[in-house]
Amino acid sequence: MQLIRAAAVALLLLPATALAAVLPDDRADLLYHYYDGGGVTIDGPSLLVRKKFAEKYAVNASYYVDMVSSASIDVITTASPYDEERTQYGVGFEYLRGKVTYAASFSNSNENDYNADTASLSISQDMFGDLTTVSLIFSRGWDDVTRRGDATFEDTVDRRIYGVDISQIATKNLVLGLSYETITEEGFLNNPYRQARFVDVDAALGYSYQAEVYPRTRTGNAISFRGRWYLPYRAAIQGDYRFYTDTWEIQGHTAEVSYTHPLDDEWTFDVHYRFYTQNAAEFYSDLYPREDFQNFLARDKELASMQSHTLGFGVAYEFKSSMLSFLNKTTLNLRYDRIRFDYDDFRDLRVTGVAPGTEPLYTFDADVIRFYFSGWF
Amino acid sequence: MRVARLAAAALLLVAASGCSRVEPWVKPYERENLADPIMAWDRDPVSSSYMRHVYDSREGARGANGGAGGGCGCN
Repeated sequence: MQLIRAAAVALLLLPATALAAVLPDDRADLLYHYYDGGGVTIDGPSLLVRKKFAEKYAVNASYYVDMVSSASIDVITTASPYDEERTQYGVGFEYLRGKVTYAASFSNSNENDYNADTASLSISQDMFGDLTTVSLIFSRGWDDVTRRGDATFEDTVDRRIYGVDISQIATKNLVLGLSYETITEEGFLNNPYRQARFVDVDAALGYSYQAEVYPRTRTGNAISFRGRWYLPYRAAIQGDYRFYTDTWEIQGHTAEVSYTHPLDDEWTFDVHYRFYTQNAAEFYSDLYPREDFQNFLARDKELASMQSHTLGFGVAYEFKSSMLSFLNKTTLNLRYDRIRFDYDDFRDLRVTGVAPGTEPLYTFDADVIRFYFSGWF
Repeated sequence: MRVARLAAAALLLVAASGCSRVEPWVKPYERENLADPIMAWDRDPVSSSYMRHVYDSREGARGANGGAGGGCGCN
């Protein structure tokens, strides 16, 4: 999870920095985020500031903190609850020349047992009468992995991401999007604390644990399509689909539909539903028949066969305040998502006294809140 | 990875092949609706990037989240 966390957050800076032909507005966002689900609580602040100069140059800076309090099912069954903090900062620069935008960014994510540096480059061009925007993205990441309480353990991850993104105006009310991305990773790709489970008739529970062993390489490919339609009245509806496949033989499908409805000039409401499903990684098992059953061993529920459902709501309120008169526009925003995770082959080991492998399947709900202030200047 | 490189090269060729010849079928003055903020792929990056982080940390799939283009062409 830490590996993906580091890569994902760094990559996610790109969409904000890869706008073509027009540099993003001068804007500052201050956000509080809160996640509560599966025994894990994560909250903290996030700040994103963007400023352009002479309509040709733009800089952005971000700061993000995760304060984690974890008593997840993995932690409860094989370790002790813990608290930790992760801090991330990022900086970016953009240069607009004609219809081409060049962007470069760097981010660092740091926690007590994991450090991730990511550098990204992108180029975006408007073409065909500005109906089409094509972006090429390259990102490189260098991670250092350590393990608390084990000074002898140290490893690395090398990550490269190649991406293409196309945005196409189809009609005066419809925009289409297509994205393709290849992600290659090499190094220590599992969580150094997580353990695999195997049948052990000598153990009181009927099973024991051993360290996970993952392949040291992983290559994933993702392709996505989306369309956003301006409805006959002032509102918008969007549909998204993504297909993902990788060398660990995970295939995932993501589908989402969202609706945006402004009310007067002050309020904007959003509602969306998202569905995700995947099969398990080829080497994953909830319970191996014996110790060292195969070369690779994993019991990470992220690699299990699973589905998630999300229902989310958002409201934005545009307001004016004499204290903030130096800002051109100000909004307060609240977004709430409820996510349900269901696993097909990851069992709830809090239940004991039953035959190993017959425990109930694990499932949990998560509440996710973002409350933020946005100011344009 | 090779596929990605080939795709990138193909796109660059397209970009260099005289895009001014294409007559835009949606004229600039017809893009009022597309320019409405509610039509942005990613209206609040600080919020959407956080949600992707939530999913990427708990699901096997990642990448191709899109939204890089903007696509309005309103300038």
